[in-house]
Amino acid sequence: MSTGAEEMAARRPRRSRRGVLWIAMGAIVVAAVILGAGALSGWFSSSAITLVGAGATFPDPLIRKWSSAYVTVTGVRVNYQAVGSGAGISQITAKTVDFAGSDAPLSATERAAAPGLLHIPETLGAVTAAYNLPGIPSGLNLTGDILVYMFLGSTSPSGITMWNDPSIAAVNPGVSLPAQAISVVHRSDGSGTTFVWTSYLHLANSAWNTSLVGKNPAWPVGIGAQGNAGVAGKILQTPYSIGYVELAYTVQNSMTVAKIENPAGNFVLPSLASTASAAAAAAPTLPTSDGDWNGVSILMAPGAGSYPVSSLTYLLVYKELNAIGPSMTQARAKALVDFIWWAVSAQCPTAPATCDGQSYSTALVYVPLPQSVVTLDEQGLRNVTFNGQTLRT
Amino acid sequence: MQISEVVRGRFRNIRRGALGDTLFQWLTSLVAIGVVALLGVIAVVLLIAASASIQTFGPSFLTGMTWDSVADVYGAVPFVSGTLVTSALALLIGVPISLGVAIFLSELAPAKVRVPLTYVVELLAAVPSVVYGLWGIFVLAPAMANVIEPGLQGVLGFLPIFQGTPRGADKFAAGVILAIMIIPTISAVSREALRAVPQSQREAALSLGATRWESTRLAVLRYARAGIFGAIVLGLGRAVGETMAVTMMIGNSNGISLSLLDPGQTIASLIANNFGEGGPVSLQKSALIELGLVLMLMSLVINVFARLMVSRVLRRGEGGAE
Repeated sequence: MSTGAEEMAARRPRRSRRGVLWIAMGAIVVAAVILGAGALSGWFSSSAITLVGAGATFPDPLIRKWSSAYVTVTGVRVNYQAVGSGAGISQITAKTVDFAGSDAPLSATERAAAPGLLHIPETLGAVTAAYNLPGIPSGLNLTGDILVYMFLGSTSPSGITMWNDPSIAAVNPGVSLPAQAISVVHRSDGSGTTFVWTSYLHLANSAWNTSLVGKNPAWPVGIGAQGNAGVAGKILQTPYSIGYVELAYTVQNSMTVAKIENPAGNFVLPSLASTASAAAAAAPTLPTSDGDWNGVSILMAPGAGSYPVSSLTYLLVYKELNAIGPSMTQARAKALVDFIWWAVSAQCPTAPATCDGQSYSTALVYVPLPQSVVTLDEQGLRNVTFNGQTLRT
Repeated sequence: MQISEVVRGRFRNIRRGALGDTLFQWLTSLVAIGVVALLGVIAVVLLIAASASIQTFGPSFLTGMTWDSVADVYGAVPFVSGTLVTSALALLIGVPISLGVAIFLSELAPAKVRVPLTYVVELLAAVPSVVYGLWGIFVLAPAMANVIEPGLQGVLGFLPIFQGTPRGADKFAAGVILAIMIIPTISAVSREALRAVPQSQREAALSLGATRWESTRLAVLRYARAGIFGAIVLGLGRAVGETMAVTMMIGNSNGISLSLLDPGQTIASLIANNFGEGGPVSLQKSALIELGLVLMLMSLVINVFARLMVSRVLRRGEGGAE
């Protein structure tokens, strides 16, 4: 047993060695901080602008593609966070982002909470009725009425619960429909896709009443799955099921989808062309960017080849960008308007590297905006100002 | 007290050491108090966040039957009942199997089998729940939809709890996956309780002419029943709070139905499905947080219960075979 004094003596040399170590580590830390600060300030002072957006998940792959293409053209970075339409609207209302993405137009209360927000439709989507019927390929004919009563199921006296229901057989002569119960699959999380689908069902037949229209309504029947990918997976896994899935996901997963009857009386397969046709047909009825978009849709658009469950998805920006606060500068405001202008434009003048935003759509299974909607967007962007000054003419 | 005085006397000369001791004591106390404070802070923050829902619905939240984000009306019944039904089902299926495993490992298995098998059972308890869920979706759900559920309907189809179309994504499937998940937990803890039974108990029973089964039933199980009960309650605690695997198996429907073959929703799966939604001040988010409070309370009650039971058996086990 050593005494305390001996222990102290024994530890002394170790202590001094440790002291040297501390000094060395301190020096390294100081050097790192100085170097790091130098590097960071160099990075920041390179005047790179980063625009920040948040919102809908549906256009996220397209916006990410735009972002990577746009930074090589202009050096302006675009950072988009796919947090959902609702979260995007609350962030732009709180002015914590430069722009938001939303699949649904602003409601009256949302518009009142964030006055001066413009709607800039930036791409199009279609919601498909995807099904899993062994032996039956894509193109089963369905009407709005049939879909409504399928999704009401056993909760409605005239609900459709079997695939060989006479009403389905009536529009599908020659197809041998199985005598199997229908399994309905829907989203379990709140979603812009659900909003579009339930809005369509209500338009098609008011038996689907307004209390069932929303981003996450109280579904009468069915199994819930998370996200478009979850619903697609559940349908692929469950024979005799039907659900609603974004067009891009049905293409990626090679799913079988229904032809849905449009107001012209034609059964139309969802595709880029039939969705673009719906948007072009509905364009004359769209309000201006600074108008009230509450309730606006391109569902059940006129036109012989229009797919009836098509929808616009929007970028939301303030008409007067100084509303964002001190983080917004003249340069950033200009960069924001230029980016959105580029994104909605379909110009592809010389080399592919200089193509504008819409030209990236088709490869990612998004529908390019028809020219009439692009013109509408450009008119809206010409109205955007910073401290009263127009940014783009 | 006494020990610390002795220690202080022994090292009285080392000032630095005394300071270190004090510091150490303060630091550890601070950390310990911090854990308790953290629980308090979580509860208070949840209460504040849930206040909008508590004010709007009051006690009717606990009896509300609908969850409707369009009408902004929220009630807890479908999810509390979903949680209770799936957990009860999990216990019903899981407990007999777990007890079998525990008895085999502690009473019957030869050492060569016991050691690796015990290790495997404990390993199973550590598998992440999302892995069970994945297995559930790709293996269990098709088996449920095509074989097990139609079979059950064939035999027990007249019962109201087995009505409907089997789809493999329902309360029954969720109960089964939960049972599989709690079996390792219950087996491992029950085995500990069985091992704590004094050897003399077994010897006494056997010397009176009891068979292996009689000795296990009368001398061992009876002696360890409090510990086994604690193990079951611990398993229940896991089942009640389980999120990922249940979300993947239960079918995520917010309605109420009697049939186990209809999709449902537990508190945990509802929160997992909906938390991304709504603005910072939405009533739905507030109602979700209130449901979180309900779940926390349920878990707390179960855990306190389990702790009491386990401490009881540990006291009994003193001076036993160990």
